[in-house]
Amino acid sequence: MTSLRKALFYRIDGIVLLLYVILVAIGIMAVFSVEHRTTDVSIIMMNKTYMKQVVWFGYSLLLGFVILLTDSKFFSSFAFLIYTVALAVLLVTIFAGVDVKGSRSWLAVGSFRFQPGEIAKIFTALALAKFIALPETNFKTLKDRLLAIGISLAPAVLILLQKETGLALVYLCFFLVMYREGLPNAILVIGFSAIAIVLATLLLDRTTLFIIFTALALIIAWLIRHILRRRIMVRIILIGTWLFCILFSIFAVPFTFKHVLQKHHIERIYSTIGKEVPDEYDKGLVPGEEKKVNSSEYNVLQSKIAIGSGGFWGKGFLNGTSTKNQFVPEQNTDFIFCAIGEQFGFTGSSILVILYAILMLRIVYIAERQRSTFTRVYSYCVACILFFHFAVNISMTIGLMPVIGITLPFLSYGGSSLMAFSILIFILVRLDADRQTIIR
Amino acid sequence: MSTAANPRQYVISIIFIGIASVIMLRLFFLQNFEAKYKILANEYAIYKKVVYPPRGAIIDRKGKTMLSNTLIFDLMVTPHNLPKNFDTMQFCKALGIDKRTYINIMRRVLERNIEVRQSPFMEQLSPEQYARFTENAYLFNGFEPIERNIRQYENASAGIVLGYIGEVSPEMLKRPRYVSYRQGDYAGLSGLELQYEEVLRGKRGVHFQERDKWNRPSGPYKGGVLDSQEVSGRSLDLYLDADLQAYAEQLMTNKIGSVVAIDPQTGGILCMVSSPTYDPNLLRGHDRAKNYSMLYHTPTRPLFNRAIQAKYPPGSTIKPFTGLVGLSVGAITPSYGYPCRGSYNACKRSIACEHKDAGHAANFRLALAHSCNAFFCHVFRLTVDYKDFNSVKEGLQTWHNYYNNFSFGRLTGVDIPFENGGEVPDSFLYNKMYHNSWNSCTIVFVGMGQGELLLTPLQMANGMCIIANKGYYFTPHFVKAIGKNENDSLLRKYHEKHVVLNIPDSTFNIVQQAMEDVVESGTGAGAKIEGITVCAKTGTAENKAPVNGEVIKMQNHSMFVAFAPREHPRIAIAVAIENAGFGATWAGPIASLLIEKYLRDSVSVKRKPLEEKMLKANLINKYVFTIDSALRAHDAAVYEARMERKYFADSIKRAEDSTLFLNWMENTIEIIRSSKKK
Repeated sequence: MTSLRKALFYRIDGIVLLLYVILVAIGIMAVFSVEHRTTDVSIIMMNKTYMKQVVWFGYSLLLGFVILLTDSKFFSSFAFLIYTVALAVLLVTIFAGVDVKGSRSWLAVGSFRFQPGEIAKIFTALALAKFIALPETNFKTLKDRLLAIGISLAPAVLILLQKETGLALVYLCFFLVMYREGLPNAILVIGFSAIAIVLATLLLDRTTLFIIFTALALIIAWLIRHILRRRIMVRIILIGTWLFCILFSIFAVPFTFKHVLQKHHIERIYSTIGKEVPDEYDKGLVPGEEKKVNSSEYNVLQSKIAIGSGGFWGKGFLNGTSTKNQFVPEQNTDFIFCAIGEQFGFTGSSILVILYAILMLRIVYIAERQRSTFTRVYSYCVACILFFHFAVNISMTIGLMPVIGITLPFLSYGGSSLMAFSILIFILVRLDADRQTIIR
Repeated sequence: MSTAANPRQYVISIIFIGIASVIMLRLFFLQNFEAKYKILANEYAIYKKVVYPPRGAIIDRKGKTMLSNTLIFDLMVTPHNLPKNFDTMQFCKALGIDKRTYINIMRRVLERNIEVRQSPFMEQLSPEQYARFTENAYLFNGFEPIERNIRQYENASAGIVLGYIGEVSPEMLKRPRYVSYRQGDYAGLSGLELQYEEVLRGKRGVHFQERDKWNRPSGPYKGGVLDSQEVSGRSLDLYLDADLQAYAEQLMTNKIGSVVAIDPQTGGILCMVSSPTYDPNLLRGHDRAKNYSMLYHTPTRPLFNRAIQAKYPPGSTIKPFTGLVGLSVGAITPSYGYPCRGSYNACKRSIACEHKDAGHAANFRLALAHSCNAFFCHVFRLTVDYKDFNSVKEGLQTWHNYYNNFSFGRLTGVDIPFENGGEVPDSFLYNKMYHNSWNSCTIVFVGMGQGELLLTPLQMANGMCIIANKGYYFTPHFVKAIGKNENDSLLRKYHEKHVVLNIPDSTFNIVQQAMEDVVESGTGAGAKIEGITVCAKTGTAENKAPVNGEVIKMQNHSMFVAFAPREHPRIAIAVAIENAGFGATWAGPIASLLIEKYLRDSVSVKRKPLEEKMLKANLINKYVFTIDSALRAHDAAVYEARMERKYFADSIKRAEDSTLFLNWMENTIEIIRSSKKK
């Protein structure tokens, strides 16, 4: 037994764990810098957020230790079972959830509150990995692909019903995993094109867009005219794409804006692209709500002020005037990046971005060295979840994306978030330690 | 499981690296090229708080504080922070105001400022208001008393000397002296407060403070590295004797006039009274404007500093100087006598003298002791017509030069502002007045301190210093030390000894002897103090005032100048009481009481009845009010006339311009008509 344990210690990936600890430490320091006052008598004050985060980190390490001691087969064996339980919990949350700012994504057990949507990511990742790794699964068939998509998006649908859009969007990152596992290249093209068309729809007038699409189609048709003459299928695809684009921009986008998205979503999207919300999407005032300056615009402005004022070297530790004085909203959680950007400037934030990039690339590397498909798919899931959180969170703080309420992995304050990412990492490390064996 | 590397891992890695690069690029531009965010961050979070240090105190020669600061409380309100169930009635009760006042003030506050900003609700809470408010402060959230320093005049005396402070006006802000001031700052507006503004004010401190989203201060910015510490104003130590000042003010109650006492050894002013006095405490705080207007419209004009601004004919008090110049020039000798028989008739008209007995002007000593008009008129004539001078003009200019050296007819340079230089006539003035045809007879009155000769009480007192010191004086000044430093560069000019031409000590001895005789055996016997050799000169100055368009001869001014003790002079004094009669009756006793008080620290029991008489005397004539209202009416009429002229001139111009239009109209009509005819 001793020899095995020693072997396990040597088999775990030190780089990932080191990066994990560094990022959590940066997070605690960032929360500390925002909360600390010169008048504080002591650093250790249990009522302060950063101390709570330290406690959460303690719990995470404890749980991580337990995970490392667990047999790696456990995760694959129980993947579907836990996934089903997670779906059930998500379903329960829709009805029994605590109402926090209009969303019902929090579940309260006694005084303990957590967000099932955060935790469900882990089990979805495990379930997806398990499904793709099943011997009877052939990922080249449409049926299995649809099943995999279903497994990935089922929690997202439930979370959408909890009105926690940001969290639900995270589940889109599994497409990237499935792309690695064999979805056609077209999925990327379609994905990026869809984003481009939505942006174009929002930025441009509809008639202009119609003319542009038509002109583009005609130019392409002229360029490939000799192919078109011979292949009827290409003609259908071209006309189909053209028609789809038109319909998408003229009907689908307005429909989504009018009937699917909520008022604050629309405001955030338009404030990101720097335009006023058009009258047709203006949903008016919710009864009981006061007319005020677009609050999401204010949030992003303050966030940009905090980061932008950091300059090249930053204002120095504990000198973040914008974050310390609470001008930035949600600065302990979703906007924690502001604290780094303001206090450590371009240097500090670049180092942080590079740390994340190293972590993600390391996980991709880990994924690719696996013999077991289960571990590989799971590793990609972890990398993509991290990537999505990281990209969306930082982009929203610097005004590249609409404000979507998702956390910055390891840095943001919050028990659920930290726990979820810790479990993701520790399971990854545990599975990677057994990379020589094939887990099914 | 494939052994070959899956190419899609690179696609995914490139996506990761690509997005990370986009983020870094965006951060690079956001953090290095968008300066506006830095400005905005500072605007939001950093608050520049200006801290005003307490103004310097003013301390008298014995270490008694005359002017210091006291803490008052202004009640500030932040309407936004008022609790929903705010008990207005209780609040009004605590402050002792009615609900209507409350509503009015609140409305004004809300009109001027936004809800979340703190604005003044009530200035200068009274002690009981403050006490009642603090008792229930927990009920009145949103209200906050803020402490502030205001000036406190300890004895309510010496208002004209100490001056007052007030908000700087927009005109003042344009001047270079007030370059470091901002609207709403306080600055000295008169007296020592104005003269030593830079010293008393200290240095403003600037504290950079951080504030949070709710505009609450949250600590110093960068730990206070950028802050500049405020420096308290330096104190002023005066030569002024607060007790003497108070006593002089007491003696001068119900009299119009002024007292100036100077220490001849140093030029330090011991007391300066301009009566009627006012309580300087009126001119501070939020009632300043109201009280100022009240004082300004008082007929006796208490804001007018008579000691340095009022020009009086010195009357007989000038005679020592007339004699001094005469002796110095060589026009007379001490033994020179004039056969006065009650009048001076050498100049075709008769100038009356109080004394008729023969030999009252047998020599200089006797003449001065008896204040013989004839003698001094003649001495003046002898001086200006002295054989060494080519003409009377040259004689007068020499005399004028002497007087300028005595600091007559020019600013003495006292360290409070708005001094008047008085008037000493020169040949230029007489050339203009008499179209070049005048001689010593025309101007003979100047010799007895009448006519065109006008001096301020300060100049008279300074003149006494010159005689007491036998030929030199220091510029009269109040301040002995700035911040306990007697050699401050600002005080250097007051340590400079001004020597008055080359008049030998023997000449001064004669004048001093004669002035001693004034008290011992002459007109100023009422000023005699046992055991102290007082040298003095009485004066009864004729004066005129315009009443209802006519210049009427008024009751004489009572004047008195003195110094004591003769052997080792410690005090030189000038007292002027307007329209009170003989110098010996009123001004003399007051001066001598002050000398005794200063030299002996108390007035002897023997002289208590005299003191009582002086204290009780009311010498303000009823016609002062008439004259004042006449003067004010005159000023108003002059102003109105000027405005009317201006309006008239304007309307003429307007009429001219409108004729241009009429001409044009006529021309146009003419053209139209002629074209129609065609």
